[in-house]
Parts: sequence; C-alpha cells; structure tokens
Amino acid sequence: MENGSCNETFNVFLALHRPLSIHSNRSTCLFLNMDGVILGADTRATEGPIVADKNCEKIHYMAPNIYCCGAGTAADTEAVTDMVSSQLKLHRYHTGRESRVVTSLTLLKSHLFSYQGHVSAALVLGGVDVTGPHLHTIYPHGSTDTLPYATMGSGSLAAMAMFESKYREGMSKDEGIKLVAEAILSGVFNDLGSGSNVDICVITKGNTEYLRNHLSPNPRTYPQKGYSFSKKTEVLLTKITPLREIVQVIEGGEAMEE
Amino acid sequence: MENASVDVNQPHSMGTTIIGVTYNGGVVLAADSRTSTGMYVANRASDKITQLTDNVYVCRSGSAADSQIVSDYVRYFLHQHTIQLGQPATVKVAANLARLLSYNNKDRLQTGLIVGGWDKYEGGKIYGIPLGGTVLEQPFAIGGSGSTYLYGFFDQAWKEGMTQEEAEKLVVTAVSLAIARDGASGGVVRTVTINKDGATRKFYPCDSLQLWHEELEPVNSLLDVMSASSPVPMVS
Repeated sequence: MENGSCNETFNVFLALHRPLSIHSNRSTCLFLNMDGVILGADTRATEGPIVADKNCEKIHYMAPNIYCCGAGTAADTEAVTDMVSSQLKLHRYHTGRESRVVTSLTLLKSHLFSYQGHVSAALVLGGVDVTGPHLHTIYPHGSTDTLPYATMGSGSLAAMAMFESKYREGMSKDEGIKLVAEAILSGVFNDLGSGSNVDICVITKGNTEYLRNHLSPNPRTYPQKGYSFSKKTEVLLTKITPLREIVQVIEGGEAMEE
Repeated sequence: MENASVDVNQPHSMGTTIIGVTYNGGVVLAADSRTSTGMYVANRASDKITQLTDNVYVCRSGSAADSQIVSDYVRYFLHQHTIQLGQPATVKVAANLARLLSYNNKDRLQTGLIVGGWDKYEGGKIYGIPLGGTVLEQPFAIGGSGSTYLYGFFDQAWKEGMTQEEAEKLVVTAVSLAIARDGASGGVVRTVTINKDGATRKFYPCDSLQLWHEELEPVNSLLDVMSASSPVPMVS
C-alpha cells in the first residue's frame, strides 16, 4: 500500500475512501441443470492490513438479470460496474429488449482494456439472458474467460480448490448454493484478505434472488448495545436557560459628542 | 498481503503452444488450453483458437487481453468486408488485417498470432504474425512459449502434401510434446481442421494424449534389473 506509514489523521481519510479494499470474490456458476447461475462473495473490505468494512457488498447490480462480483480496488469495481449498468439501462430503453450477458462483458472489457490495467477491477460476471445462463471472468487488463465455474480475488485459490473437488455438472439450486457458500467460506477462513459474511445471488430465467448475508459465521462476540449505568436515571433539568447577550465594550474610544 | 505470484493485477497471459499446418486439402490449427497469471493457472480449459469467419480461424498467444482485442477487431472488419464484397473473405485479407493492427500498435501489443483457413482462390493457407507486426506465409507455423521445443521436431516430421489424418496426428503429437516440456503450456489439445467442406473442431483430453520421456513407466532400467527377484541378463 503506497500510504503505509502515514499519520493517524491521514489514515482516517483513507478509511473513509477505502482506496485498496478488496478481495475475495469467489463466485461461481453452477449451471443448475443448465438454467441458472449462482454468484457468491464475502463481505470484507481491507486497506492494507486494516479491515475497512466488515459487511460490504461485493455483488453488484448490472441489470435485473445480470449481476457482477468485483475484486480489486473497491472504488474501481464500484465505478466500472455502475457505469456499465447505466449504459445497459440506456441500451434497454433504446432496444426494448432484455440486456444480454455478452453485452455487459464487451462493455466492461473494452473499458478495462482502454485503461491498460490501471483500473483494478477483477470481475466475475454472471447472468441469464435469452441465450441461456452465462458465467465470465474479466481481468483488469481486459481479457475475458468463459467457464462453468470461476473464482476471482485473493481468496480465489481457496475457493477454486472447493470447486475443483466438488463441482459436478447439472447440480440443483440448493446443491449449488451450498457449494458456492462452502467455497466462499474456505476463503473466509483460510485467506486473510477475505472474511465476515457470505453473500449469494441466484439468477434463473425470469427470477433473481439476492441473499444478502446468507451465512454469518463470524458474529460479534462483544455486547452489541446496552449501557452499564442504571436504567432509573432521573430527569434533573428541563428548563432551558438562554445565553446572555454579548455586550461589546470598547475601551478608550472617542468620547461621544452632541 | 498476498503472494506476488497470484496477484490478480498481474497481466493475464497465455504461455502457450500454438501450431498451424497445411496439408494437401486444407489446414489444421492446434493449441493447448492453459492460461496463467504469474504462477497460477487462471483457466485450464481455455480456447485459444478463435473463429474469425466461417473459413478463417486464428491461434492466439501472448497477452490474453491484447490477443482478444486484436482478434475481435479483425472479426469485426472481416464481417464488414464480407458484406461489402458479397462473398467470403480470403485468408490473406484476414492475415493482413491482423498484421495491420499488430504493426500500427506494435509498441502497445504483446501478442503473436497464427491465422489459418481455406478460401477458393488459394486453398489452405497459414500466415504467421509475430510480435513486430509482419506477415509470413508459411507451410507450417509454430508459436508461443512451447514452440521453442518444437522447431527440431517440425524440421524432422513435417512433410509436403500430408493427408488430413497425418496432419492432425502431427499437430496433436507436437502439442503433447510441448505440454510435456513447457511449464506454461498444459491442459488439453484443441484443434480446428479447415478445408473446402468447412471447419471441424476436435478436442483431445489430457488422458488421451501420448506419454513421453519420464512420463512412461521405466522399462529395462538398471533399477528394474536390480529390484527383480531373479536377475535378468540385460543381454541374452
């Protein structure tokens, strides 16, 4: 991280803007008997060694039938995703047809390619359109892959290990959600860049289910609310005393004349 | 934070083995299927043979992003050209478009291409388009990191006027040899055969490929002789 050793005040500034947050989006598509896609992500955002957000959203909306998981710089994944989603909506108004996954893919990849990798967005794009279910990965330099299951981000190795050992063709929706959740969990527990909760998004023909915090394996262990002082606190004063008006005294001024 | 070798920000590149070979009625293109980011295999089943038109395909090597953008542009221009011309584009036109893009943007691109296909004027043709952006019409072309292991093999094994079966067998053998020696190549072998009847895709899973030196069970080695219960004479 370029601002690793900065003073405290500056760190607060960085925390607000989350410049290098990230990681861990293992998402996946289990073509549920060839009719759907499941995306998954953890909810940790980091700035170097600091956890900046314990419950962020990494599955971004692209279109009603298309969602996108983002790893890399949070600002970039958010920006590129919002921009393309807006272009897609205009395109839908223009054509009067449902957006296609390949359209989003081309818009994303051409933007990323034109910035030659300086826009750090590593994406997993999934959706169902008139041509069926699709899953793609997009790298920051603008290259794309088409796969039956895919992972991205720092937790991608842990998640891919789960997919490589347990993925089967034609899984049911529940089996799919279970496998994706397991894959995300293996990132949450074994990768330092990933953590907190599991978000899932299931897209089938004509239906999208966004399961925010599908699993919360890391609940807070300290009291969430409550104060240690007595509940029987009495009201001591309700009268509001106005402040005295300020009187300016000028000393040694010129004497008044008549 | 994370190991540099699996950094998602590293360019996604294809350490590759790609081949194009002409035979007596057309061409065969072949490629391995490994795409890597640093030391991580990002895709073990990628398709590096991309369709440009019905009768022209291209094998891509180098940066995945660069080769995809170049082939997307070539495909776009070829489709436009086909409509304006009212007939299929030739392989030469395809190769020349790829060359134009590679040459004009040479300082921004890291990609080597092999364009191959069949047209009614010149038959089966292979064009190599290496890094600088030149075109080379070749009877066979090899490319990617794995190609260094194959020059000698092709000098010895390539013959003028092979049949389709001979050509297909040659490229599969060649890619499997390169996969065995080149760490950046791997996975399966994909081929496309293009002739006057159109294009046919084939897929050879890794367990169907021939085994090579040090992949085979050791045979007649001194260790076998020593561990055998009754000594077998090496020379009878």
